[in-house]
Amino acid sequence: MNTPDLSVNIAGIPLRNPVMTASGTFGYGVEFAAHMNLESIGAFITKGLSLKPRAGNPTPRIAETPAGMLNAIGLQNIGIDAFIEEKIPLLRMIKTPCIANFFGETIDEYAEMAVRLDAIPEIAALEVNISCPNVKQGGIIFGTDPGSAAKVVSTCRSRTAKPLIVKLSPNVTDIVVMARACADAGADALSLINTLLGMSVDLEKRRPLLANITGGLSGPAIKPVALRMVWQVARAVKIPLIGIGGIVSAIDALEFILAGATAVQVGTASFICPGAAQQIALDMKNWLMDNGVDDIKTLIGTLET
Amino acid sequence: MRIESTLLSNVEISPSYWRMRLTATDEFVRQASPGRFVMIQAGKSIDPLLRRPFAVFETGIVFGGSTAYFDILYRVAGKGTALLSTRRENEMLDILGPLGKGFSLSHAAGEHLLVGGGIGLAPLHALAKKLGGYDLATRLFVGGRGRNDIFCLDEFEMLGVECRVATEDGSLGERGRVTDILIPHLESTNGNATIYACGPEGMLRAVAKLAAEHRLSCQVSLESRMACGIGVCLGCVVPGHRHSPETPDFRCVCADGPVFDSNDLDWEKTR
Repeated sequence: MNTPDLSVNIAGIPLRNPVMTASGTFGYGVEFAAHMNLESIGAFITKGLSLKPRAGNPTPRIAETPAGMLNAIGLQNIGIDAFIEEKIPLLRMIKTPCIANFFGETIDEYAEMAVRLDAIPEIAALEVNISCPNVKQGGIIFGTDPGSAAKVVSTCRSRTAKPLIVKLSPNVTDIVVMARACADAGADALSLINTLLGMSVDLEKRRPLLANITGGLSGPAIKPVALRMVWQVARAVKIPLIGIGGIVSAIDALEFILAGATAVQVGTASFICPGAAQQIALDMKNWLMDNGVDDIKTLIGTLET
Repeated sequence: MRIESTLLSNVEISPSYWRMRLTATDEFVRQASPGRFVMIQAGKSIDPLLRRPFAVFETGIVFGGSTAYFDILYRVAGKGTALLSTRRENEMLDILGPLGKGFSLSHAAGEHLLVGGGIGLAPLHALAKKLGGYDLATRLFVGGRGRNDIFCLDEFEMLGVECRVATEDGSLGERGRVTDILIPHLESTNGNATIYACGPEGMLRAVAKLAAEHRLSCQVSLESRMACGIGVCLGCVVPGHRHSPETPDFRCVCADGPVFDSNDLDWEKTR
């Protein structure tokens, strides 16, 4: 049979396949050039960027948990100026859409970041982070209240002509309410889920394992929660969804697509195998061939319930 | 690079300390300069999820054959290393590496002093071999809680390295810490020595302080929890000497290290 069509379109960005790499697990993209073919995936997303460089949280910042890990990095990043100066020239060589993930501590900072990123031709789209559980300001404050989320999104929307993706937090009572608020405020797509707030205890030392006490849980352990949320949101909004949460195989990725995601992001899996996203894209193609599916788009949201 | 290695041997060399030998490629051996490390998946499932970092103890060619190999030393300390100790000959392991920045070899005259604490001995053997190859005078100072924490010294002695031992309980060598046997020696070197250290953080801090007091060049190999090993998860950072909250100078143990010039780190802000 013919090679299946894996291409999808997210908010006007054509992707060669639906496999992206998640913010915070893929550096600024260039770090992976030695480990994989960056042109084998649909898109990659930068580490969350802010106006000024950020030191992040004290260490220990990570702890392993059953089939998962906790992190409390605290949005350490080089800042937008260093990103433009040091990373953008390297990204020019890569023919894969680069999506910039960003955050602010105030609505004004979100607005300024949107303006700065909008001016960078190498950036294909913006992913607004309103969901980092590990810092007090920026992120989660905006990610748990639908009114605040809508304000961030509409502000960013008015500052950029580029596609705007909003990354949602699962740490809310009803993710559908948040998704609707962001869609109504002008988001072109939603990515979900960010990490689940958790913690880990060292019994012997009677202390938390993380210096930050709490952290964000990721990895295969969270996949069922993520799948449920993607499925719920897919039934509530019309904009495309990007499924994230514990994807380590093409099977995992395809499950998200059935549940209603147009694309997926591979996160923690890239820590274990830097080439994980490339392998998942390849295995996805093989699965489609083996199962006689000639276009991945025909699978989106086809879960029978 | 990522390689599928065959396990050649996995033996307990001292209570809770193990040595594992795995097949390597020639390219791996070329890249595995002293102090670099590998990330190993202990099992085959998603639990434990993350790889574990291990220094390369030595590389070579299997006796009487043409297969390249490398060895790691590890202490069974948790779920990952406990699982690793159950792996048997001919099983396949998934290896990422060699990774990170190893020791910078100094050809300086004077003595080259290797300082190891417990499992911190692991990266020092390959270094001793390299220094020996340049005919540089090399000594090893090694410490641990007791005699069980001291191992592989015969392999250093075979390289012509003089080994000095300190144990906290006095069960082997002198009673005390490794710095207790290092201090008198440093006083005899008249500032004509280079230090390479690997061990627990408290030991490294003490050695770095001694080196600074004696104005000696000192490289330290750090250990840290890490998820990726390639500088992207930012889980393993340590503060560099220019670090402040406003102007972050965090270094990744995995990608900027694990070996650092002790002057490049901020020992005050390191916990």
